[in-house]
Amino acid sequence: MMQFAPQELLWSGNFWLHLLLFAGMIITFILLMVMFFIWYERRLIGRFQVRLGPNRAGPFGLLQPVADVLKILTKEDIVPSKGDKIVFWLAPIIALAPVFMMFAVIPLQGNALLVDLNIGILYIIAVSSVASIGIFMAGWGSYNKYSLIGAMRDVAQLISYEIPLVLSIVGVVLIAGSLSLNDIVEAQTVPFILLQPLGFLIFFIGSLAEINRTPFDLVEADSEIVAGYNIEYSGMKFATFFLMEYAEALTSSAIITTLFLGGWKGPFLPPFLWFIIKVIAVFSLIVWVRSTIPRFRIDQVMAFAWKFLLPLALINLLLTSMQVVFFQEASSLVIIISSLVIMAALILIWSKFFRLGGNSTGL
Amino acid sequence: MALKTELFVINLGPLHPSTHGVFRMLATMDGEVIVELEPVFGYLHRGIEKLAENRTYKQNIPFTDRMDYIASMSNELSYVMAVEKLAGIQVPERAEYLRVIMAELQRIASHLIAVGSLANDLGAFQTPFLYMFRERERILDLFDMVCGQRLLYNYMRFGGVSHDIPDEFLPALKKLLKHFPGFIAEYDQLLADNEILLARTKGIGVLPKKLAISSSASGPVLRASGVKWDIRKADPYSVYDRFDFDIPTGSAGDCYDRYRVRIAEMYQSIRILNQAIEQLPSGNVLNKVPLRFRPPVGEAFAHIEAPKGELGFYIVSDGSEKPYRFHVRSSILINLTALRDMIIGWKLADAIVTFGSIDICLGEVDR
Repeated sequence: MMQFAPQELLWSGNFWLHLLLFAGMIITFILLMVMFFIWYERRLIGRFQVRLGPNRAGPFGLLQPVADVLKILTKEDIVPSKGDKIVFWLAPIIALAPVFMMFAVIPLQGNALLVDLNIGILYIIAVSSVASIGIFMAGWGSYNKYSLIGAMRDVAQLISYEIPLVLSIVGVVLIAGSLSLNDIVEAQTVPFILLQPLGFLIFFIGSLAEINRTPFDLVEADSEIVAGYNIEYSGMKFATFFLMEYAEALTSSAIITTLFLGGWKGPFLPPFLWFIIKVIAVFSLIVWVRSTIPRFRIDQVMAFAWKFLLPLALINLLLTSMQVVFFQEASSLVIIISSLVIMAALILIWSKFFRLGGNSTGL
Repeated sequence: MALKTELFVINLGPLHPSTHGVFRMLATMDGEVIVELEPVFGYLHRGIEKLAENRTYKQNIPFTDRMDYIASMSNELSYVMAVEKLAGIQVPERAEYLRVIMAELQRIASHLIAVGSLANDLGAFQTPFLYMFRERERILDLFDMVCGQRLLYNYMRFGGVSHDIPDEFLPALKKLLKHFPGFIAEYDQLLADNEILLARTKGIGVLPKKLAISSSASGPVLRASGVKWDIRKADPYSVYDRFDFDIPTGSAGDCYDRYRVRIAEMYQSIRILNQAIEQLPSGNVLNKVPLRFRPPVGEAFAHIEAPKGELGFYIVSDGSEKPYRFHVRSSILINLTALRDMIIGWKLADAIVTFGSIDICLGEVDR
């Protein structure tokens, strides 16, 4: 059964007041971080691409997201005449809401979270899949072939990548011995990225697929299907999707931070700052991947999930279970070194078996 | 129980991010797989061939710039060669060398865009493309130095070139040539061993040798299919017979080979440029041609190895100031004729890559 633990909160005032205040804080936090991420990604990609990036609006172009938002709000709101209007209207909301909901269980610092669910990570997995329904609704309701292809790709991708993603989380849960994100952070005397390097890689790749980032951005592959599911959207509704994408990237970074990088833990600086620094570091990694790697093809994406990630995730799960059962007493240094070696060996061996082929579909 | 599915038609273009202009592909799709494809072009048709008949020969030189605007120098070279053949005009040796230098620089600039935009079509978010543009910028600076223009040069003339090169040109060119092989190697190293790039281009969009020849493809597209055919060697024009260079060829005829051939050709262009600088004679760059230029009645065809393939001009003169017929043998248009056979049976993403690997410029396809 789900249990709230309000008495353990950092600020133990009125329960409902806490919910209201903290929900407001989370929404403000997400919106501010998204604004920052939009600016940050554009600047960073600018540097990767030997150019400056936006630097006109405000100091260092910091006000660029504001200008973007103002522009986008003044755009005409177009609804396709043959589209399914209700689905079309609902899609951005359904896509956006779960991303905000996920933040309810992520600790911003010790015990500072909206609700300390004892099944926190399960809740995140469940809720994160809902965003895909919104994307599929957008693709379906738009009455556009490009967006339908994009939506289909999204669903196929989600189903494939959810499995290795969850399996890699199980490793973390096994070591921490809890599903609550707060407890997982508390359990990380050593960041789990060192104990679970393979799990981290699988989770990171799975997250990229989940949030439709390069090399898995087939959903909105601009060189193939123009903009995919959001091709017919404009104005505020498009802004909602845009917000959703960056909020997803933010949540993914936050989850990776919480599960693998020790969450808010860190020396000297206040915990909340550590959390933000780690989130930005993970996001930088995502941007780095985006600016350097080309895109997979849809069948290669599927093959990569089922033939490469899934077996590795299963092996990782097996090894982690053995570690938890048999080597409870081993020092963390031994475990760190052995898991790094095992990861390198596994990836090398597996990539010998698994090559992405360029074969015709045999038509 | 099998699901009942239907084919559907998807309209790629004319306004589509990866059509390199205004090109349209009517693709009949079975899910993600393309079962039928109909290329539609003509959206950028400006009637250059007809317009050219109403302008004097000299006025047509800047016109040819506007065909393949990524490789203007090559267009000009081909056109002035056709007219020179028609009127029997001699070109000073220094001008021939300058033409070769410009054409080879143009080849590098054009291949840079081709390779960069291929990576763009693969979904590498603009980064390789912008790196290519950074290097292309250096070449454009050289062109700027020579003729004051960066895109549409209007540099070639009947009987030579419009200006001699300025004093600072050769040192700048030498510096560029010294820097360039390292740059291409770096870029190649970044891309060529990328697993995703290999998976997306190897074995994709194969143009078999037989089909390549029978569809009269030319340029890197033909050479990637394993045919050793280069106008610079097969029918040497200008002073190309004095240079020592190889013709890189592929074997499989897939997108990856086309990419490799372009990279290899850039190295060969650098080789030619180095030799051309060494051999560059001094002297006059422009032979006098009468102001009211009337070539004798007759016809002439001249072709060159443009960056994208064999570019030919066929000029018919009726003895007046204007050409009677002005026909362009567009390399890209003819390379595109094999597009359907290359794409059918592949997925949508492959179609985009195959299309991009042909390296098209709609300005020349539609004219």
